[in-house]
Amino acid sequence: MRPGSVLLTAITGLIWGVTAMVVIGVTLTLITGEVALPQATAAAVAGSLSSLIFVWRQSSTAAGGLPAWALSASVLFLVLMAATFAAPFGLPLNKEPVWQGLALIAFIFGVTSANHLSLSGASLGAMTRYEREVVYICIAKGIGFVLFTIVVALPFYVMVMTSLKSQQTLLANPLDLSIDFSQGLYGLFRSYVELFTEFNFGRYLLVSTFVSIATVVLTLAFSVPGAYAVSRLRFPGQAFLARSVLLIYMVPAIVLVIPLYAVFSQLGLRNTLTGLLIVYPATTIPVALYMLQGYFRGLPSELEEAGLMDGLSRIGVILKITLPLSLPALASVSLYVFMIAWNEFLFAFMFLDDPDIFTLSRGVVSLNSSEVPRQHLMAGAVIATVPVLFIFLWFERFLVQGLTAGSVKG
Amino acid sequence: MSATDQQSVSSGPPKVIGPMQRREMWLAYLMLAPTFAIILMIVAGPLLANFWISVKPVQLADLRPPTVLVNERVRGRPAADGDEATLEYRLRNSSRTEEIRNVVVKDQVPAGFNVAVVPDVCALDGRALTCTIGTVEPGWSERLRLEGTVTEAFLSANRPERASEPEVSGDANNVLTNFDFTFENFQRIFSADEFWSVLRVTFYYTIFGTGGALVLGLFAAQLLNTVFVGRGFMRGLFLFPYVSPVIAVAFTWVVLFDPFSGTVNALLTKMGVVSDPINFFGQRAIEYSIFGIQMEFPLALTTVIAFEAWRYFPLSFLFILARMQSINTDMYEAAEMDGATPLQQFWYLSLPQLMGILSVLFLLRFIWTFNKFDDIFLLTGGNAGTRTLTVDVYEQGFALSNLGAGAAVAVVVFVVLVTFATLFIRFSPKEEGL
Repeated sequence: MRPGSVLLTAITGLIWGVTAMVVIGVTLTLITGEVALPQATAAAVAGSLSSLIFVWRQSSTAAGGLPAWALSASVLFLVLMAATFAAPFGLPLNKEPVWQGLALIAFIFGVTSANHLSLSGASLGAMTRYEREVVYICIAKGIGFVLFTIVVALPFYVMVMTSLKSQQTLLANPLDLSIDFSQGLYGLFRSYVELFTEFNFGRYLLVSTFVSIATVVLTLAFSVPGAYAVSRLRFPGQAFLARSVLLIYMVPAIVLVIPLYAVFSQLGLRNTLTGLLIVYPATTIPVALYMLQGYFRGLPSELEEAGLMDGLSRIGVILKITLPLSLPALASVSLYVFMIAWNEFLFAFMFLDDPDIFTLSRGVVSLNSSEVPRQHLMAGAVIATVPVLFIFLWFERFLVQGLTAGSVKG
Repeated sequence: MSATDQQSVSSGPPKVIGPMQRREMWLAYLMLAPTFAIILMIVAGPLLANFWISVKPVQLADLRPPTVLVNERVRGRPAADGDEATLEYRLRNSSRTEEIRNVVVKDQVPAGFNVAVVPDVCALDGRALTCTIGTVEPGWSERLRLEGTVTEAFLSANRPERASEPEVSGDANNVLTNFDFTFENFQRIFSADEFWSVLRVTFYYTIFGTGGALVLGLFAAQLLNTVFVGRGFMRGLFLFPYVSPVIAVAFTWVVLFDPFSGTVNALLTKMGVVSDPINFFGQRAIEYSIFGIQMEFPLALTTVIAFEAWRYFPLSFLFILARMQSINTDMYEAAEMDGATPLQQFWYLSLPQLMGILSVLFLLRFIWTFNKFDDIFLLTGGNAGTRTLTVDVYEQGFALSNLGAGAAVAVVVFVVLVTFATLFIRFSPKEEGL
């Protein structure tokens, strides 16, 4: 028995106990709407005791009896129930018994498996620095996973759940993020129906789709020849051009807004989709050109030379050889440009005043007023997010390739 | 090809550009021309225009150039063929401060209207009416009357005077293109008290936002650099904040942290962590004291920085993970044999390997965070001590309607940016380009 090892084991169990209790308690609150008070102290005591039992049992030589995990799980359960007077989440057990039971099982399973994963190499006797560091890293990773998952997922969860609520329930209990099926399908999707019928979101969706697809087409039309020229043809200033395209990345859009606003106002382009379709490709062409030229360079030039020898013109080579070979790159560039155009906010906000030609971004901003209830705003956010996330999940491989290959503007 | 050309080709690489190469060169320029045209027009042009606008006294309202407004109507209520009527043009200078020169009004007299008397300034050629009015004063207004008789064709048509729109031309002083210069814009922004605090906030935001995104990205990449079930799912999930539209996630954060109906505040107060809800995006600072020294914690700025780190860590995560997976594992096996502990392996093996990508990411993210406008604008609108330079451009140019001052701030942004870029290019590591 080394006091250092005992302490490390106890602290590991304590951290798992507290983490699991807080996370599960908060989740329980958000799912049921009942305010749970996670008993962190009790969980800490139970966690450390169970971890000590676990390590003691697994290193003890005595055969027979319960395996280490089962013993530590039962200790965890008994200590937790005793220390909290059978109310582990600060709620009487007859309230939401099913959810509480599930939460309790999740707690015990979580702490026991975390102990098992992090302490399987530990002992209460002397531990080497290597063994200790494995435990530290397990703790850091475990907390990291929990934190990252919560921090990333919680806003999206809140976004979707808020959009499914009604004004009264939202004000009555902001913690209740459960789905209330009793209000029927219409009641559930009420904000969405209202957005499409009263707030003209169908039109915004169409405009956004049109603008994004047109931006993709224009961007490809400009950047494919440009990228081909930069990567395949020799001309004075080629290296300089290839590099200077990148500098456009660095120019902030807000710096361009005032002159463009002034000029477009005078030309009558400001409150039009034409104006938007001039600005969007201009901001995406450099990115697309950079991504495409990198890909074109990677294609074997012998294929194109063979095409030239066989009597194709340059244009023919591009259309019949280069483009078919670079379909994956074209796909990732298109998706990427589509997402930039779809998500674009600044120019849409500055240029568009006419609700008939609002893009989704602009439309959602117009919902951000004190007269429009919050669930409408969140429903608008969901409508704007879902197509992008859908595309992203569907084509993740292409997109991740695009993101890393071309680096990204944003 | 002439004989001398062939000779020069055979005796080593050509020094002059041959015809084939020239054709290739022209083809390349032709293919690049549209790209360059649009970039010059939409990016380079406005960049230069900012310098121009920043030294001009331009307000938002000046963007509507002064014109002569025309209103055409028929007077005299003609009822039968041969009745007398008057075709009246009411003209007005839209500006009360600017004169308009060389004003000419052109219109088609409606069919069936026989003109008897034409004003002095106008000339009638067939049915084409041309009135040369010349220079008009600010606030000027006048009526031009054409007397005449009507015929049946006029009466039977529905509002025949609407058949053709009067065309007006004239030159007015356009404040954007004239040669009035002023340094008032720069004086105004530099002498404002808040300018220096805006600059300070910008740097805090940029440095901590960049650092936060990098550290989180590094941590997340460490987590996913092992093989386990559901790794692909986790990677997709971690990229969500980055690929979602900024309006969606920004408003979600606002709703989430709302002091009255937000989930986070409800959790904190109901579980007894804090007694009163915290206005995360609205409170400038929380005061506290350590050992009797009063300190301020910039709350809204911190929340905005947290948002920045949250939204952009996926980018650094993706790059760092890609780099990690390309590191040769032999090295780690050798280190393991030599008894290196996991932390030692990370510190002495992984980090040096990642230094290149980390520094490149730092430079890129630094510049992009500095350029960021949407996030802060949507979260706080630049209030509560979160106004950065980019938000200030909007604030001056559009909220205060002073385009000149806005452009002046934009010039400051651009100058700072060029300074960074020069420093970075001088001191950046050359090994790993993006």
